[in-house]
Amino acid sequence: MSTPHALALQAINVSKRFGALQALDQVSLKLRQGSIHALLGENGAGKSTLVKCIVGFYTPDDGEVLLGERQQAIGNPRDAHELGIGMVYQHFTLIPNMSVLENLVLARPHLPAVIDWKKERQAIAERMQSMPFQLPLDASVNHLAAGEKQKLEIVKQLLLGVKVLILDEPTSVLTPDEADEVLGRIREMTRAAGLSVLIITHKFREVMTYADDVTVLRRGKFAGSAEVAGVDIRQLAEMMVGSEFSQTALARAAVAEQPLKLGIDALSVADDSGMSAVHALSLQVKAGEIVGIAGVSGNGQRELVEALAGQRPPSGGTIRVMGETYSGRRRELLRHGFHCLPEEPLRNASVPRMSVAENLAFRHYDQRPFSLYGLLRRSRMAAAAVQAIADFKVRPPLPNAPIGDLSGGNVQRAILARELGEQPNVLVVANPCFGLDFTAVTEIHARIMAARNAGAAVLLVSEDLDEILELADRIHVMSGGRLVYETTPAAADPIVMGRHMAGHGETAHAD
Amino acid sequence: MSGDTIDWITVLIAVFGGAIRVGTPFLFVSLGECLTEKSGRINLGLEGNLIMGAMAGYGVAWISGSPWLGVLAAGATGVLLGFVHALLCQQPRVNDIAVGIALMILGTGLAFFLGKPLIQPSAPHLPALHLGDWSDNPALRAALEINVLFIVGVILAPAMAWFFRSTRWGLAIRTVGESDDAARAMGLHVNGVRMLATMAGGFLAGVGGAFLSLYYPGGWSEGLSSGQGLMAVALVIFARWDPVRCLYASLLFGGAGALGPSLQSVGVTWGYYLFNAAPYVLTLALMIAASSTRVRSGMPGSLAAR
Repeated sequence: MSTPHALALQAINVSKRFGALQALDQVSLKLRQGSIHALLGENGAGKSTLVKCIVGFYTPDDGEVLLGERQQAIGNPRDAHELGIGMVYQHFTLIPNMSVLENLVLARPHLPAVIDWKKERQAIAERMQSMPFQLPLDASVNHLAAGEKQKLEIVKQLLLGVKVLILDEPTSVLTPDEADEVLGRIREMTRAAGLSVLIITHKFREVMTYADDVTVLRRGKFAGSAEVAGVDIRQLAEMMVGSEFSQTALARAAVAEQPLKLGIDALSVADDSGMSAVHALSLQVKAGEIVGIAGVSGNGQRELVEALAGQRPPSGGTIRVMGETYSGRRRELLRHGFHCLPEEPLRNASVPRMSVAENLAFRHYDQRPFSLYGLLRRSRMAAAAVQAIADFKVRPPLPNAPIGDLSGGNVQRAILARELGEQPNVLVVANPCFGLDFTAVTEIHARIMAARNAGAAVLLVSEDLDEILELADRIHVMSGGRLVYETTPAAADPIVMGRHMAGHGETAHAD
Repeated sequence: MSGDTIDWITVLIAVFGGAIRVGTPFLFVSLGECLTEKSGRINLGLEGNLIMGAMAGYGVAWISGSPWLGVLAAGATGVLLGFVHALLCQQPRVNDIAVGIALMILGTGLAFFLGKPLIQPSAPHLPALHLGDWSDNPALRAALEINVLFIVGVILAPAMAWFFRSTRWGLAIRTVGESDDAARAMGLHVNGVRMLATMAGGFLAGVGGAFLSLYYPGGWSEGLSSGQGLMAVALVIFARWDPVRCLYASLLFGGAGALGPSLQSVGVTWGYYLFNAAPYVLTLALMIAASSTRVRSGMPGSLAAR
């Protein structure tokens, strides 16, 4: 281990303002050489803004970035590269139609005019030996699974010889197993090769297990910094959300009568290319229970939810709601009180250019009081929207603004207002909290739980294992279009579940 | 019976020769379109480039007396139109398809307007290699009269494939075509690369036009092009954005286009217009086939992300 107090990188009093928004206000951070430093914070706390200031993507309004002990002017990401700072972005910057080899070569700053592939392949194959991950050089990147892509991004930076590696939520697309592998190897590299790593995350478990130090941001301000060995999760959570933090365990009421409400029998669904994505899946959800479906994205969850929402015709099997055959028609949705909250609600559950009020009226626009003798009554819609907006705290509270102009969290709230504004009988929810901040997540979870307690049958499809463990009464793991494992939150072991998510530890190629 | 056999061989030879003759403009336009699309933009205006190129090439060849100067001039007008396309498309929220259609109409109209005085005069034609002199079969000799531009195109197609695969510039174009973000992260100037690719693509389409007026069918008239510039877009999709496959696809389209005249030459007179429609039927069929996901596999990411 290198001297524990030598600093690899230091940000001092960095501020950045976008228009009226003070995204960063006098934030400082010290990254020790050969350590992993976690940057923790809610969505919109300024984590990404800070690292983007460090790598020169943004120019800070105030403050400075020191590399080692020297002040460095980093004008753009290229400068950062020259100085040995590499960043892996949350959205992959790989080129899907090119091979692993081509992607690795392309990343090099000074490419020769004509590329000698034989020589490049040999050089990279040799250097690959010392890398923490091995990758097939000739595979096309679009045939790699998400985990392999993440590894490739990291290898790409390491091959460039970076000394400081910045990772933006590197484990968001990985199974717990893969996350452990990636973070474990990176930790080895910090010990062995003196690599210094700054990692943006919102997962406490990863901070506690892998990071040496942690800095917490809250609403663009420095909220605290500590050695991980000296803090516990509760302290970190308090730093993250401030004094508002109060972890109220969600009240899980026992529901006496539990008739079967949603029955799926041998359901098969094809994906866009006609390949079978869901294979003969059977599942039952009773009144007053939340059934969670965990899994890594791309294992048929999207197709399953679309089939339930009536957006995609099943290729086989039956769906029964309240004992009746269900095919996702509007009339059935209304009669059975079937509500669906798909992922990416802006794309899947709203018309972005129509107003919030119109979007809120989708379920009942053709019934009284919104419609009378075939004519829409906009004033009634607007009045109902004002109420719903107030109930669900949609901001800004403008019923006539196009819903597409709202932020992601507020679109989610608006759609939630539509689907949970009346008590659902059957509720299908997919990744309801993707990209939302801590406060919004807590609120949405509470509402889903309330719907369950009032007797709804809830099917929760989520890539967030913590969310499933918190909410579900029963848990299925979905992999390769099948339910491969069943457990309960009390008995669940995340590592075992992770193995099942990854198809028993085999790398699932999402082809 | 034996007469029939000979006729069919003649038809085959004529279709083969026609595939090269009719296919050459397809080849140049499709290579130009391929280059442009690899950078992540569709230029539907290449039909305009083609016609402007035909007109300008013919005019310059007539005035200068050199068909090769004509080819260069045709390419230059293509570069200019490509520049305009790229310049308009890089403005915020401008759609490349709409700009392409506008430029196609502009190019065609401008060519008709400027080309009025060129309908009468006769410009020197591009030279051809007579590869069939060993044969005494006139049909074969005619078919093997191969234009120099075709040879250039045949060399250009694999050269372009190599360029995309093994040169820094080729990789830059592919990167830009695959993902704006990835390209920016690499420090590439996305609009700059697209502009150069569109201009170079325009050059090739212009050269394709020069072939129309300076070799086959030859001369300048308003009915010179029959939509080759537009069909080339379908052809590039069919070729899965691979220059070498563009070559094969061009020959296929050329052969389809030569079917009508070839049948007529052996005295099959019925269905002449029906057979002339073969390339269009082929285009339609290919477009339908191209909507299957398998064919889209080579599609540049920026185009797929629309």
